[in-house]
Amino acid sequence: MDAKVELPVTEKPKLSVRNLNFYYGHFLALKNINLDIPDRKVTAFIGPSGCGKSTLLRCFNRMFELYPEQRAEGQILLDGQNILKSKEDVSLIRAKIGMVFQKPTPFPMSIYDNIAFGVKLFETLPRVEMDERVEWALKKAALWNEVKDKLNQSGAGLSGGQQQRLCIARGIAIKPEVLLLDEPCSALDPISTGKIEELIHELKVDYTVVIVTHNMQQAARCSDYTAYMYLGDLIEFGPTSELFMKPKKKDTEDYITGRFG
Amino acid sequence: MSDKHLSTQFDSELSGISTRVLEMGGLVEAQVAQAMYALANFSNETASQVLAQEDKVNQMELDIDRELSSIIARRQPTARDLRLLIAVSKTIGNLERVGDEAARIARTVQRLVNTGVSSRLRLPVSDVAFEATLATSLLRKALDAFARLDVDKAVEVLKQDDQIDQEFEGLMRKLITFMMEDPRTISSSIDLVFVAKAIERVGDHAKNLAEQIIYIVKGTDVRHNPVEAVESMVR
Repeated sequence: MDAKVELPVTEKPKLSVRNLNFYYGHFLALKNINLDIPDRKVTAFIGPSGCGKSTLLRCFNRMFELYPEQRAEGQILLDGQNILKSKEDVSLIRAKIGMVFQKPTPFPMSIYDNIAFGVKLFETLPRVEMDERVEWALKKAALWNEVKDKLNQSGAGLSGGQQQRLCIARGIAIKPEVLLLDEPCSALDPISTGKIEELIHELKVDYTVVIVTHNMQQAARCSDYTAYMYLGDLIEFGPTSELFMKPKKKDTEDYITGRFG
Repeated sequence: MSDKHLSTQFDSELSGISTRVLEMGGLVEAQVAQAMYALANFSNETASQVLAQEDKVNQMELDIDRELSSIIARRQPTARDLRLLIAVSKTIGNLERVGDEAARIARTVQRLVNTGVSSRLRLPVSDVAFEATLATSLLRKALDAFARLDVDKAVEVLKQDDQIDQEFEGLMRKLITFMMEDPRTISSSIDLVFVAKAIERVGDHAKNLAEQIIYIVKGTDVRHNPVEAVESMVR
């Protein structure tokens, strides 16, 4: 199935997926995906469980390479450079394309070090600048006011919503170009969810954000573009307001109106 | 709606709201017919019956509106479901106004009867009645199309509304002639002008309903477009 992938001419693609096939062993999990992710916009992937949306997200920073039986064919272009074939160190790619997972994963260290840890891998900053960077990231992630007096306490002592925002702060501290969010709110309460959605809205000024979500209303609320996937196919891709008001494909309509299955 | 939701409750809420719109439509359609009967027979009593229905129609509008907000708040509808609810919200406003037009006709009848105008003036009541038949049948057709979500029929309604507009203009010329020939009829002729205008508006409301049907099914907003353009938009 070939969904239209062209973006409006006003949008510049940050990530371009070309003829991407993805295998778990012999199982074909993504079937010839073609998609352009616009720069400095929020793009959401929706679809039922097992449709391939997280798999696609994990391709964007070659996270799948941690598992030998998984492989990707085709191209994923970051500003025109194929990251799948790149000779560049994968950790450099991941520095450009950060990721936040479904469950908050703070490192077992202080709040401060959670943020500084990633930065130290790529940059050697004097103490003052590192302090500034930590503060900047925590402020960006809307967490600063809640943690500024306990930066030396363990990150694990924070609430779930705070831990997730800490992970986002950690993700943006190394100043990536793209931020991948895999179900970032599924373990959070509505207030924390609201804060993270607000944050996503602010992040898109500087970053390209790609979010996978099971919550369709969340996709509707915080994304500019939405891709609907089903059984490894990209069914429809378009501006979020159009996709939720007047989807082009009946399959999309059935899914978003809850007539699925 | 052909396919069912995962939530049967949501399904029954949506079909329930459509049924109530049709019920309201049937009620105002009967109101117009009754008002025309009152006019043809100079019946004060029938006119009062029409006016008595007004509260019921108003109450239905409020009830359906409340139900709409509740569905939107609880279900967060999207796509076609959302379009249906938006369209219903506009449609019940139109239907309520059809009821208002019927009441307007009924009050005119009461005034005519109370001022002692009788059928001896040979006013062109039957022409007005013909216009009214066109308008009520158009409204019925629009409600039918709504019940079946039938776009072709909705387009037919749009086309036929022109017919009512033409009928209205013809009637206007005729009433002007009446007034010139026999100045005693001026006051009651003007009353009939208002009745004819009220009926013409009923046709407009039927047309608005038809436009909403196209919006529900096709997702295209065809308002403020000539019929010919609409036809190509829904292809």
